[in-house]
Amino acid sequence: MSAKSLVSISDYSKEQILRILELAAGFEACPNQRILEGKVAATLFFEPSTRTRLSFETAVNRLGGKVIGFSDAATSSSTKGETLKDTIKMVSNYADIIIMRHYLEGAARYASQVTDVPIVNAGDGANQHPSQTLLDLYSIHKTQGRLEGLNIVLVGDLKYGRTVHSLLMAMKHFPSTFYFVAPEELAMPSEYKQFCRDNGIDWHETTVFSQEIINQADIIYMTRVQKERFTDLVEYERVKNAFILRNNMLDNSRDNLRILHPLPRVNEIAQDVDDNPKAYYFQQARNGLYVRQAIISSLLDLV
Amino acid sequence: MADKSEMQVKALKNGTVIDHIPSDKLFKVVSILKLDKIDSEVTIGNNLSSRLMGRKGIIKIADRYFEEDEINRIALIAPKAKINTIRDYEVVEKKVIELPEEISGLVRCVNPKCITNNEPMEPCYRVVGRSPLTLKCRYCEHTMSQEEIKLL
Repeated sequence: MSAKSLVSISDYSKEQILRILELAAGFEACPNQRILEGKVAATLFFEPSTRTRLSFETAVNRLGGKVIGFSDAATSSSTKGETLKDTIKMVSNYADIIIMRHYLEGAARYASQVTDVPIVNAGDGANQHPSQTLLDLYSIHKTQGRLEGLNIVLVGDLKYGRTVHSLLMAMKHFPSTFYFVAPEELAMPSEYKQFCRDNGIDWHETTVFSQEIINQADIIYMTRVQKERFTDLVEYERVKNAFILRNNMLDNSRDNLRILHPLPRVNEIAQDVDDNPKAYYFQQARNGLYVRQAIISSLLDLV
Repeated sequence: MADKSEMQVKALKNGTVIDHIPSDKLFKVVSILKLDKIDSEVTIGNNLSSRLMGRKGIIKIADRYFEEDEINRIALIAPKAKINTIRDYEVVEKKVIELPEEISGLVRCVNPKCITNNEPMEPCYRVVGRSPLTLKCRYCEHTMSQEEIKLL
């Protein structure tokens, strides 16, 4: 079993998280460094995710490494019935690091047990996606100059949104105040509220995305409210427009406020927000590149 | 004076007495240990009065001793059960069942999208709560309550 893998954000201590953020800042200053020269990274995407795959592959390419892999399980041996273990064992013969996305939860943890090659979890079903969490932290730190003592507003689908759950888990190291804004059906699950209580994270909950909350926010983290998540479609029709951020709602917001979103967005952030300097979601996605360069080079002990 | 429960059920010469089984789990213990399929003498008592538990179940199995991993299977549903090894009418060993920190195998993960339900592999759980029993899947990180725990 490889000791050096990134499967879940909770695998990383506060120091390790800060180290990744520091390294990422270095890559942002100088994104083209040939430290992966002669190394091969495998990107195994058993479930398609173009955005995440392109980000990881760009990270490898800009560091001078080579990429092998597949972008869809349909083109891999798993359609012939090969087990995940066999696929990982095979690829371990070729690659120095494996970046994998899988539709089954726990797949990356299992993969990390059957190989000595470092595994980077690029998403396992609804479970974990730690590089997303690290890029969220990087974006918060970069825009606010700190990770602690902030008012962070999480909006939208807080029940199924794995990014907001992982962000909460990581923020246990950096005490801030959270506002959970969601329709009743998609409220923050009680286990995460308990997690906050256990870890001294201050939180408030509401079903109203109010002006008052927006005006005191340092970070607004928007997520998609998806129709298919609702058991009651009448409820969906009632709330679908209540969790949309529009530009005029930002008129009295703080100067340091930044809007984050894991993307893809549908309509939860109106197009007119994009030109507001407080909109940060596209830069946030770019930060993913630097954070992934940091993750890969740190797992390979190259920095 | 002999223990009350011993007086309620006939003494055993050689074998194992499983005591302090929750009454509502007694027949589950019988089926997990496959006691309904063995040839030796089995005496089952249920709803016996107990100072500790109010009501309890007890099983006496003649000429039969249990391995550790068999005992583990009971621990999941009867965590307070006690295993007495009897030789020539004497209790030669008393074992208190204790849940291990980690459970390998035995339980099916409640999450159908968990890798353990889709690969030929052994599931593994961390015991994150003892009373009530709560398990956390090492792989999909799903937490399971006592009611959700289904043995393999």
